[in-house]
Amino acid sequence: MNPAAAGTRPGISRPALLFAAVGLTGLALPFVQFRANRIVGGEGLSLPDALGPWGWAAAALVVAVLLALSRVPPRAALVAATCGLLAVTLSAGAAAGALVPEGDRIARVSLGAGFWLLLAAFALALADALSRLALRPAWRWALLAGTVAAIALILGTGLLDDLSVMREYAARRDMFWREAQRHLALAFGSLGAALAVGLPLGIVIHEAPRLRGAVLGVLNVVQTIPSLALFGIMIPLFGWIAASVPGAAAAGIAGIGAFPALVALFLYSLLPVVSNMLAGLAGVPPGVREAAAGLGMTRAQALAQVMIPLTLPVLLAAVRIVLVQNIGLAVIAGLIGGGGFGSFVFQGLNQTAMDLVLLGALPTIALALVSGIALDLALDGLDPRKGHA
Amino acid sequence: MIEIENLTKRYGPLAAVEDVSLTVERGRIAALVGTSGSGKTTLLRMINRLVEPTSGRVRIDGTDTAALPPHLLRRRIGYAIQGHGLFPHRSVAQNIATVPRLLGWDRPRIAARVDELLDLFQLPPGEFRDRMPHELSGGQQQRVGVARALAAKPDLLLMDEPFGALDPVIRAQAQADLRRIQRELGTTLVIVTHDMAEAITLGDRIAVMERGRLLQYAPPREILTAPATPFVARLIGTDERPFHLLSLTCVADLAQPGEAEGPPLAPGASLRDALALCLWSGRAALPVEGGGVVTLDALRRAAEGLPP
Repeated sequence: MNPAAAGTRPGISRPALLFAAVGLTGLALPFVQFRANRIVGGEGLSLPDALGPWGWAAAALVVAVLLALSRVPPRAALVAATCGLLAVTLSAGAAAGALVPEGDRIARVSLGAGFWLLLAAFALALADALSRLALRPAWRWALLAGTVAAIALILGTGLLDDLSVMREYAARRDMFWREAQRHLALAFGSLGAALAVGLPLGIVIHEAPRLRGAVLGVLNVVQTIPSLALFGIMIPLFGWIAASVPGAAAAGIAGIGAFPALVALFLYSLLPVVSNMLAGLAGVPPGVREAAAGLGMTRAQALAQVMIPLTLPVLLAAVRIVLVQNIGLAVIAGLIGGGGFGSFVFQGLNQTAMDLVLLGALPTIALALVSGIALDLALDGLDPRKGHA
Repeated sequence: MIEIENLTKRYGPLAAVEDVSLTVERGRIAALVGTSGSGKTTLLRMINRLVEPTSGRVRIDGTDTAALPPHLLRRRIGYAIQGHGLFPHRSVAQNIATVPRLLGWDRPRIAARVDELLDLFQLPPGEFRDRMPHELSGGQQQRVGVARALAAKPDLLLMDEPFGALDPVIRAQAQADLRRIQRELGTTLVIVTHDMAEAITLGDRIAVMERGRLLQYAPPREILTAPATPFVARLIGTDERPFHLLSLTCVADLAQPGEAEGPPLAPGASLRDALALCLWSGRAALPVEGGGVVTLDALRRAAEGLPP
């Protein structure tokens, strides 16, 4: 049996003990920070301090759930961890509501270290329970959809609106959704471009092994250039092209803005796409290739009908790597006016307004997590045995 | 009919196949035998031009194979390999339909041909048509591999160690099935094997190769009784020779008038089976179905390679 099964027997499972330790540490640290305005230093408040008598009840509940997690079967642990996550999140919203005087638009309640640790503890417990449950893919899809819907619902009810990060959102609602669109366009656009160029390139270097060293060498070097350095090269280069090549500027080429950001993300995506395509083609069993040729397929037919379909799992893995990487990397577009959630991150850094940074960082993390999990589920859905002769 | 004339393949200074000539008559089975590295697989692959010959030529029914583009040539020649090489993402029916689809047959014709072949290989179409290769046993995968090779009714079938991955029991059955199907269809067959017993069981003629050269090309009886070189004799294995010889003749050919005790042997049983039964039951003669007997003396003479 797998080692996780040990956690189902009565007694204390070691991972659960760790989650409890993390959570209890979180309980000891400030749960929220109260500040008179957006910029000044704040005062840390623990859960009971922030919520009064309700806080003590909430803290007791959290302690009970955390300790219970160490000795319950996975199904119960899943429910307990979900309740814990809800309790922590709603407590933060309630604390903010209680602390901010009615009608005060300046006072800020931001999330403290204690909140994040508690959230981490329950998230870890949830992940642990899920892996122990080993649910069927259909259930995992349902769970993913349910989680996204639940988060949307909680945000929609306005229970968290008094939190500082939601205040930042309220002040920039239109801009937020515009940047969200831009962020997705950057991540998916660069992925699409990388697939459009990388897949044929992978096929070409598979068919012409002499080109392999050169192409992979160049892509490897590109991969090691830090993004800031890459912008340093691109800003003058594209700026010059936009200024001197007729029609270039009209086509969207510019030294700053979305174009160089898209190019950078595209370049970083090429290596995983090309090398996975190559690995996928190289991984087709020799007997299968031999049969394709021996039965009278032309080189192109063998590639299109046999080799490329067999690389699908490896390609999907590449899409997963690139998409998650690009959702995260797209934040740097904010640095050069390319838009996306990075705009909030860098604005926030400039104003030392950490809640504004969070407004950019949290949706980025959520997007990366959701797309990563969704693609993992899609990969699991492919029958692993089909890929082998 | 395949005519191979002075076929040579060199890789740099190394000759994988050196000046080989042989002819396989229509509807016959030629078995290429040799140790690994003897060039037998290279010779086979030059017939459908998976390997391009350095010199020499191959003619199939009088047509030079070099006159056709390789992929068109290969669609006319069946090809089955060790470990079957089935396409793992395609169903049994789609695998078998590979060459007919390349040839542009229409849908109903392909479907009918697939079912016909599945029947021929004793895989009920309703049950097997839509299975994926990984859902089949090793023996079933191998049969689908051969069915795929035969799908477009080629006159010529090339097989490279087709039974190499099968266990002995399934292997014997697969060999018997292949013989039955080959006789039924009248296909010319060239089969590569490193197993002399398989070559003797299947081959109408056996080509023994060593280091790229053809040492002897003769019917099994001649290979067994008159090996051309010490290497051929070694490849047969001296301790196996009498049994191989016995396995070539069936009981009906050795039967003589007379009476004997016990249940009768089928006339199609091999002399090897008859000897085994004699030894096991301690009898000197066995009755044959439809009259006559096989005697231990006659078996002994046959095992020495002497005429009955």
